[in-house]
Amino acid sequence: MTPIAQALEARAAALEAELQRAMNARQDPQANGAYSSEQIKSLQTELARLTSMMQDAIRKVVGDAPINRGKVKLDLPPLIDNGNVVPLSVSVDSPMTPTDYVKAIHVFNEKNPQPNIVSVQLGPRAGRASISTRIRLADSQTVTAIAQLADGSFWQTTQDVIVTIAACAEEIS
Amino acid sequence: MARAVVTVPPRAKRGEIIEIRTLVGHRMETGFRHDSLGRPLARDIVTQFVCTYNGTEICRAELFPAISANPLFTFTTIAVESGTLEFKWTGDNNFALNETASITVE
Repeated sequence: MTPIAQALEARAAALEAELQRAMNARQDPQANGAYSSEQIKSLQTELARLTSMMQDAIRKVVGDAPINRGKVKLDLPPLIDNGNVVPLSVSVDSPMTPTDYVKAIHVFNEKNPQPNIVSVQLGPRAGRASISTRIRLADSQTVTAIAQLADGSFWQTTQDVIVTIAACAEEIS
Repeated sequence: MARAVVTVPPRAKRGEIIEIRTLVGHRMETGFRHDSLGRPLARDIVTQFVCTYNGTEICRAELFPAISANPLFTFTTIAVESGTLEFKWTGDNNFALNETASITVE
């Protein structure tokens, strides 16, 4: 894990702990120095900002539908030398018949400036639900691939990757 | 001018699943970088890719700045009939590029 990712995770953990303490203190009227509701709100907002960019993007695509685990296979090298060019392939276990096929494949990341990577619309004529491309990763993080099937169900898989040279870091001459 | 390279097998058996590989020469500037004087560089990316097979859309992809420079995209399709595959990329700053490939299905 890079120092930045470590720091972010530590900050999120600290925020979570403080929020927990604040909530406990509110329920106990005897507690000294109880947190005001503004303080709790700002803690919640900051925690949400740290953790939810990817979740927001996912919810925008999925809506309120439940997301199942499995069926999707995400192929990424676990250790990446250069975050500017990372080979990625996604395949989905599906017969790809006219009634049972993969409608769309979406790929998301946690720590790039934008949570989306690519969204692909497929149909039964694809024959196989399998795509590949090359992506940029700004930091060590978790990459998520979500497939939407013809019946409307969503399936996801995640993979953790370690990036040694981040994308966006190079100098421009 | 940007160029595209598309790899489609020239012949295929009917019903065979073929792999199509596409590559476009494009810098995919993310919009998150700065030049040596600290000025932001405007976003310039390919945002959309569409492939049609004899006029029927078989694959469509929406691209984001997280796609590497010179975007590579591969996918599969079933060889149903002889004809033309048309590939179309569009993007920022009125970027538009078309490429076609023909296939013979036996």
